[in-house]
Amino acid sequence: MTAALEVTELYKTFAVGKRLIGPPRAHVRAVQPLTLTINKGETLGIVGESGCGKSTLARMLVGLLEPSGGQIKIEGEPLNTADPAAFGRRIQYVFQDPVSSLNPRRTIRQIMEAPLKHLHGMSKAARARRIAEIFSAVNLRLDFLDRYPHEFSGGQAQRIVIGRALAADARILVLDEPVSALDVSIQAQVLNLLSDLKEKFDLTYLFISHDLAVVEAISDRIAVLYFGSVVEIGPAIQVFSQPRHPYTKLLAESAPVVGRPLTAPEGRETELPDPHNPPQGCAFRARCSRALSQCGLERPELVREGADRIIACHNSL
Amino acid sequence: MSFLGLLVRNRLAFAGLVVMLVIVVLALVTPLLPLADPDVTDTANRFKRPFAASVILGTDHLGRDLLSRLLWGVRLSLAVGFASALIAAAIGAAIGIIAGFYGGRTDNVIMRGVDMLMAFPYILLALAIVASLGPGLINALIAVAAVNIPFFARNIRGVTVSIAHTEFVDAARLSGMGDARIILTEILPNVVPVIVIAMSTTVGWMILETAGLSFLGLGSQPPQADLGSMLGEARSALITNPHTSIVPGAMILVIVMSINLLGDGVRDALDPRLRSGALSRPMPSTLVRREEPVPAKETSALLALSGLKTQFHSNGRIHKAVGGVDLYVRPGECVGVVGESGSGKSVTALSVMGLVASPPGVITAGAAHFSGQDLIGANYETLRRLRGDRVAYIFQDPLTALHPLYTVGAQLVEAIRVHHAMPRAKAREHAVELLESVRIPNAEERLDGYPHELSGGMRQRVGIAMALANDPELIIADEPTTSLDVTVQAQILSLLSELQRERGLAIIFITHDFGVVAQLCNRVAVMYAGRIVEEGPTDAILNAPAHPYTARLMACVPELGRGRHRLAAIPGLPPVLDGLPEGCAFAERCHKAKEACRTGEIALTANAVQRAVRCIDPEFRTADAAR
Repeated sequence: MTAALEVTELYKTFAVGKRLIGPPRAHVRAVQPLTLTINKGETLGIVGESGCGKSTLARMLVGLLEPSGGQIKIEGEPLNTADPAAFGRRIQYVFQDPVSSLNPRRTIRQIMEAPLKHLHGMSKAARARRIAEIFSAVNLRLDFLDRYPHEFSGGQAQRIVIGRALAADARILVLDEPVSALDVSIQAQVLNLLSDLKEKFDLTYLFISHDLAVVEAISDRIAVLYFGSVVEIGPAIQVFSQPRHPYTKLLAESAPVVGRPLTAPEGRETELPDPHNPPQGCAFRARCSRALSQCGLERPELVREGADRIIACHNSL
Repeated sequence: MSFLGLLVRNRLAFAGLVVMLVIVVLALVTPLLPLADPDVTDTANRFKRPFAASVILGTDHLGRDLLSRLLWGVRLSLAVGFASALIAAAIGAAIGIIAGFYGGRTDNVIMRGVDMLMAFPYILLALAIVASLGPGLINALIAVAAVNIPFFARNIRGVTVSIAHTEFVDAARLSGMGDARIILTEILPNVVPVIVIAMSTTVGWMILETAGLSFLGLGSQPPQADLGSMLGEARSALITNPHTSIVPGAMILVIVMSINLLGDGVRDALDPRLRSGALSRPMPSTLVRREEPVPAKETSALLALSGLKTQFHSNGRIHKAVGGVDLYVRPGECVGVVGESGSGKSVTALSVMGLVASPPGVITAGAAHFSGQDLIGANYETLRRLRGDRVAYIFQDPLTALHPLYTVGAQLVEAIRVHHAMPRAKAREHAVELLESVRIPNAEERLDGYPHELSGGMRQRVGIAMALANDPELIIADEPTTSLDVTVQAQILSLLSELQRERGLAIIFITHDFGVVAQLCNRVAVMYAGRIVEEGPTDAILNAPAHPYTARLMACVPELGRGRHRLAAIPGLPPVLDGLPEGCAFAERCHKAKEACRTGEIALTANAVQRAVRCIDPEFRTADAAR
C-alpha cells in the first residue's frame, strides 16, 4: 500500500502574550511532534476532546497554518510551504460549519467555479461541464447554482462544501467534524454520501470528530489524540471495543450507549491538563488509574504492538 | 423586506430622504434656472430684505442675489461634502482592510499611525493641512477627507478582522486565490454595507466641516459662494441685516438634518442585527392569545402541558413551532424530549415559563398546569416568582447563560437572594455548598472567579448549581451536555441522575441523543415538526419503537461497537413550519405512507400499556391497546 499522506515529527507551538518588541512571554504546544501515515484509499478517523489539537493538525495538513517544525509529504512529495494554493490541488478541507464556510455574498456558481478557475485554469465551458458532473455526484440540482448560501439547509450547504472540495480534484480530503452541525437524520445522509464519493473518486479521508460512534462507522483506522499527541492508533473495529490505552478506554466508556447503564467512569473533579503549564511525563497521568511512577518521569513513546496497533503507554491494557 | 421598504417605513428617514432629494435636484438644475449671476455685485441694491421687489431672498452686502448664491453655494457644498466622504471612505476602507486582513505587525504600525492622527483635534488638524497647502476649496476638501480617514479605517478594520478569520476565507485560499483576489471578492463585498453605513452617517458632518473651513476663509475664495463662506461674509452684518446669515445658516441646518435622518435610516435598514429585530426589546413574558378554549385543570402531575401551541408571527408568516403538545412530569421523574432541530422541543420547554421571546412568539392555545396552577396566561409577577425558584432551567451553552462581567459567586448569590431574603454572607455560604454539591473543586476559591476562567464542564456545573440554588421541584434542561466532551458529559449526566434521586427532582431533559435518553430518562417523548409523535417508557420505546419516525431516527444514528457500516438514512428534509402539510408531517419521508396519512388530523392514541403513538399504521400495537 502506498502512503497518501505522511506526517513526520510535525508540531505547532503558539506564542502567548505577544509583545510589540522582543520575544513573547511563553509558548504553548498545540500539537506535539506527531508522526502519522494515511494509506491511499483509506479513511483515518481522528478522535479527541476539545483542545486536543485536532483542528490545529488539520489546518497544518492543508497549509492554512504553518507548522513550527516537521514534514508533510503528500503522495510522496514534501510540502512545507504553508501555501494553501500549492496544497489545494492535492488535499482539501471540509469545514465543520457549512454555512459559515460559504461566502454569503457569492452565488453557489461563483463559489464552485473558484477552485476550477484558480487551481486548474479551466475554460468556461469546461467549468460548466465539471460542475454538472460534481453536482450530480453530490445529489444537488443544477438550478441551485444561481442561488445564495443562505437559501440552503445545513445538509444541502454541506453537500455544496463537499462539492467544492471535489472540484479542486484533490485526492485527499480532510473532513473536520463535517456532520456535527447537522441533525441526525441529515448526518446519516451526508455520511453515506461521503462513503459513496470515496469509492467513486478513489479518495482518501482524514475524518476528524468528537463523536466516537460516527468515527467508528466511517473509518478504517482510528487515531486517538490527547493533549496534542497520538496516544493510540488501531483498526476502527477494535479501538473502542478493545482499547489498549487507558484514555481510549475512558472515552469508550463515557459515550452514552443505548442499553448501557449510566456510569461516571472517572472521578468528577478531573480536568484537562493546563497547556500553559504542561505536566511532566505522560499528560494523561493525573486522570489515569493505572499510572506508574515511571509515567510521571518520562513521556511514553508510540510503540507498535502486533500488526496494526500503535500505543503510547507505559502500562497499557 | 427590501432595503427601500424598510427605509420608507421609518418616517423620519423618509422625510429626510424627500428633503434631501429636493435639495439635490435643485442643486443639479441650478445652472438651468433663470437666476441672476451669483457673483455680479450691485452695491446700489445691497442688503435688500427678502421678498423685496425682484429678489426673493434679498441681497447681500455687495448687492448679490442671495437666492442665486444660495443655490450655487448648496451645489458646491454638497459636491465638496460628498467628494470628501467618498475620498475618506475609499482611503479609510483601503487602510482598514489591509490592516485587518494582514494583522500582526502591519496592523500595529498602520493603526498606531491612525491613532496618532486621531489624537489631534479635527479642526486643528484640518487647519494645519490647509495652512500647509494654502487656502482653496480643493485643499479644504483634501483636509476634510484626511481628517475623516481614521474614522473609516478603524470601523472597517474591525469588520475586516472578523471576516478575515471566517471559514469561507480559508476555503477561498484553498481554492487557490491570492491575497488580492480574496480581498476583492471575499472581503470587500461583505464590507461594503459597513462602508455605506459609515458614509451615510458622516456626510452631514463633512459638509459642516467644509462649511467651517470656508467660514474661516480657508475654503472657497471670493467671489465663489459656498454655504460656509456666505456665513462668513455675513458675519459683520449679523445684527443689522440678520437675513444674510439666516438664509445660509438655515440651509446648512436643513441639509445636515435631512442627511443625518436619512443616514440613521440607512444604517437601521442595512444593519442585519437591527433588521432581525435583535434590538427590539422583548416582553418580560411570552404573549398569550388563546384562540381555543382553555383546557381543564390538571392536578395529577407536577407539570402537565395540555394542547400547547406556540407560534412565531413574523413578516406576515406564521411558523407553527409547537402544534399541540401534551406532556406531563411527576415528582422525581425524568422525562426526555427527543427531536431534531425545528421539532419544537426547545420552544415547548421555554413556553412553560413564558420565556419564548415576544415578539415574534405567541402562545395560541393550551395550558401548563404546575401543581394545579395554569402558567400560560399567569401574570408576570407569578411567573417571575416561580422562575428559578420552583422551576429552573439549564441551558445548552453555559457561557451565554452566565453574565461575563460578574463573578460566579455574585451571580449565585443574586439567584438565591432574588427569591429568599437572607444576608449576603449567608447566601454566600449557601453558594459554596451549591458548588460543592455539583463537585466543583476549591468551591470557595471558584466563587470569586469569572465564567470565562472556567472550562466548559465546570461552567455547566455552575449552571446546574444555579438551577439548584432555590431547591426547585422541576428542572428543565435544554441540551445541557451537547456542547461538552464525552468524558465531561458522562460526569454531568451522572451528577444530574444523582440529584434526581437524592432530591426527588423532576427533570424534563431535552436532547437529540438516544444514548443520553436511555441512560437518564424514565419516560421519553419523541417530537417531529412541532408535535409529539410517540410517547412512553424509555426502555419500551427504545426496544420497540412504534412510530416509523422513531424507528428510522434510531436506525440512522451510528451505534458504537458495530464497526464500519452503512447508515439507514431518512431521505428528504423536515417540513417547513410555516406550511405544514395536512395529515402526518412525516408522511413525505415515510416508507409506509399511504393516502390516508395525508388527510385529516391523526391523533396520539394508546398502542400499548402507557404508550401512545401518532400514526395510523404503527410498527406494532398490542392487543389490549387495540381493544
